[in-house]
Amino acid sequence: MTPQIAIFLVLAALAVAGAVSLILQRHPIHSALSLIVVMVALAGLYLLQGADFIAAVQIIVYAGAIMVLFVFVIMLLNAGEEERTNLSRMAQYVGVPLGVVFLVEVAYWVGRATSHMSQSTPQSVSTHDLSTLLFREYVFPFELTSFLILIAILGALVLARREDSE
Amino acid sequence: MEGVLDVVGVESPGGVVVPTSYYLVLSAVLFGLGVVAFVFKRNIITVFMSIELMLNAVNLAFVAFSRALGQMQGQVFVFFVIVVAAAEAAVGMAITIVIARNRGTLNVERVDTLKH
Amino acid sequence: MNEFAAQHPLLIVALPKIAVLLFVLLTALAYLTWFERKVVAHIQARWGPYRVGPHGLLQPLADGLKFLFKEDVTPAGADRFTYFLAPFLSLSLAITSIAVIPFGPKEFTVFGQSTPLAITNLNIGLLILFAITSLGVYGVALAGWSSNSKYSLLGGLRSSAQMVSYELTLTMSVVGVILMAGTFNLSEIVQAQQGFFWGFVPRWNLIGAPFPQVIGFVLFFTAAVAETNRAPFDLVEAEQELVGGFHTEYASFKFAMFFMAEYSSMITVSCLATILFFGGWLSPFPQTGLWTWTRYIPAATFAIAGVALIIHGVRYLTMLGRVVLPALGVALCALAVLFIRPGAPDFVQGPFWFLLKISIFIFIYVWLRGTLPRLRYDRLMTFGWKVLLPLAILNVVITSLAIVLTQK
Repeated sequence: MTPQIAIFLVLAALAVAGAVSLILQRHPIHSALSLIVVMVALAGLYLLQGADFIAAVQIIVYAGAIMVLFVFVIMLLNAGEEERTNLSRMAQYVGVPLGVVFLVEVAYWVGRATSHMSQSTPQSVSTHDLSTLLFREYVFPFELTSFLILIAILGALVLARREDSE
Repeated sequence: MEGVLDVVGVESPGGVVVPTSYYLVLSAVLFGLGVVAFVFKRNIITVFMSIELMLNAVNLAFVAFSRALGQMQGQVFVFFVIVVAAAEAAVGMAITIVIARNRGTLNVERVDTLKH
Repeated sequence: MNEFAAQHPLLIVALPKIAVLLFVLLTALAYLTWFERKVVAHIQARWGPYRVGPHGLLQPLADGLKFLFKEDVTPAGADRFTYFLAPFLSLSLAITSIAVIPFGPKEFTVFGQSTPLAITNLNIGLLILFAITSLGVYGVALAGWSSNSKYSLLGGLRSSAQMVSYELTLTMSVVGVILMAGTFNLSEIVQAQQGFFWGFVPRWNLIGAPFPQVIGFVLFFTAAVAETNRAPFDLVEAEQELVGGFHTEYASFKFAMFFMAEYSSMITVSCLATILFFGGWLSPFPQTGLWTWTRYIPAATFAIAGVALIIHGVRYLTMLGRVVLPALGVALCALAVLFIRPGAPDFVQGPFWFLLKISIFIFIYVWLRGTLPRLRYDRLMTFGWKVLLPLAILNVVITSLAIVLTQK
């Protein structure tokens, strides 16, 4: 049990716990908090793999901006708790067990199919190399994503505006 | 100049690191849980959050493969996925606000017809 | 012991550093409240805390005891988990950001392990600071929502919207510095500012080549004041406006946690401003030639302060003051003597100049609070989006042009 595997297990357990909590919580804000826990755990896993910049971007953009948007909307719309209704009998006796079996099976086969792969580079990837790749080979998709963000901003503004009488 | 791994001082004796399959199994499990949340939850916002969970699981797989194959394109793609998820979340939340304003409910089972 | 230290560097070296820094930081937070009350009071032509201990120096202790012993009320209908989480999140994030800040260049040895004057020296130190700032929005938003009160909800929403908006300008204004230094590593950003123009003007980023980052600094400081919800951008938590904003329903110790988080963010921003724009721990005087006497400035400052305290203290009004103040003065003189010993000036230089510059920025923070009137909320938001953000983008464009044109 090397330190790295120990850290991985802790972060992975945190991520899975967050995801399960997302499903089991009734109030959307608690689900949002669980998702933030998942994202921070994943950022830790990126750090463990040496992807420093991606980990920082994950926290700054995903956990620090997108999830803030979700929390704002939940607060603004005053979303309440979901009603607790029991699952139908079909779901309870057939759906959930089959779902668990499917999940375990997929995980097992993914693990077995890739167990021969080992991680090659032990040191961190520098931001310099990543940005060189981003701005030389992938500059066209980069510019396209800036257009995409502009369109999203305009779309959100137009959609959420109150309809005043013209 | 040191990365986070060097600072924390985790030495890997004999060059053993966390095998790639561990990360991929975790990614599969998270993706599956995202699908379960998508199917079972009734609040629109929670459904959106399950989509974000699935995207995160995919990002983890990308980074794991990028590290295993020694190429950086995986991380570049993660960057793009995060950006597209941001744009999608913005527009999705705007649509949610409009639906809540017009239908008065955030329950997906009650906004399933054009006419109400 | 040395072999044990070599095998467990985390335990022997990092944990004591963290403990010491945490202790110093929490004491500094407490006395920052005293400093602020004194300075604001003197700006308003009054004395400030004067009675509790000599010159009000025991006031933070009294405040701390008050916070501990006040009744802790939880509002009815509050979401309990989130209500307890929000101040904890705010405070822990604010304190964590001190971990990446370098206080000096020299390394010192603990049990044979050489370690720098910072808790960590990350390659992405600056990005981690921004990540922590981004997460700080949650403390405010969740506090406002979970209190189950309309003042809190409105205050929380407004405050977090303000923080998110000014965060953009905050990160953009620093891009010029990153371009000039070429790295996110805070120690290396400071080291890139070494050297002097024409022999005596320091090569800080504020007045550095290829493009002086004056706009960047002004934008950074303004955005930081707005980000930490301080005056003149503190509409959301001023008592005259929204009753108290997001921390209306928080009693004793949880309120103190928000308070401490705000001051801790102030300290972090001051540290960042000195590192990025003012040369961090670099002395403003050159170290060679005619200027070698400036290496004894730390010792001289401490000696003068110590002697002044002794002279003032022996004629103080109360008995406690006549004991405590000269004792403090003697301690400062002893430190001054310690700094003159051979080898010490090199070691003390870095932290001394760093702490001096941080104090200047904290003083500017408090000065702004005592002097400027508040901005109305809609003006605050238009200022952030329509004035500051375009200026920040302009700064990035001009800096990149300057770097490309002077590169060959």
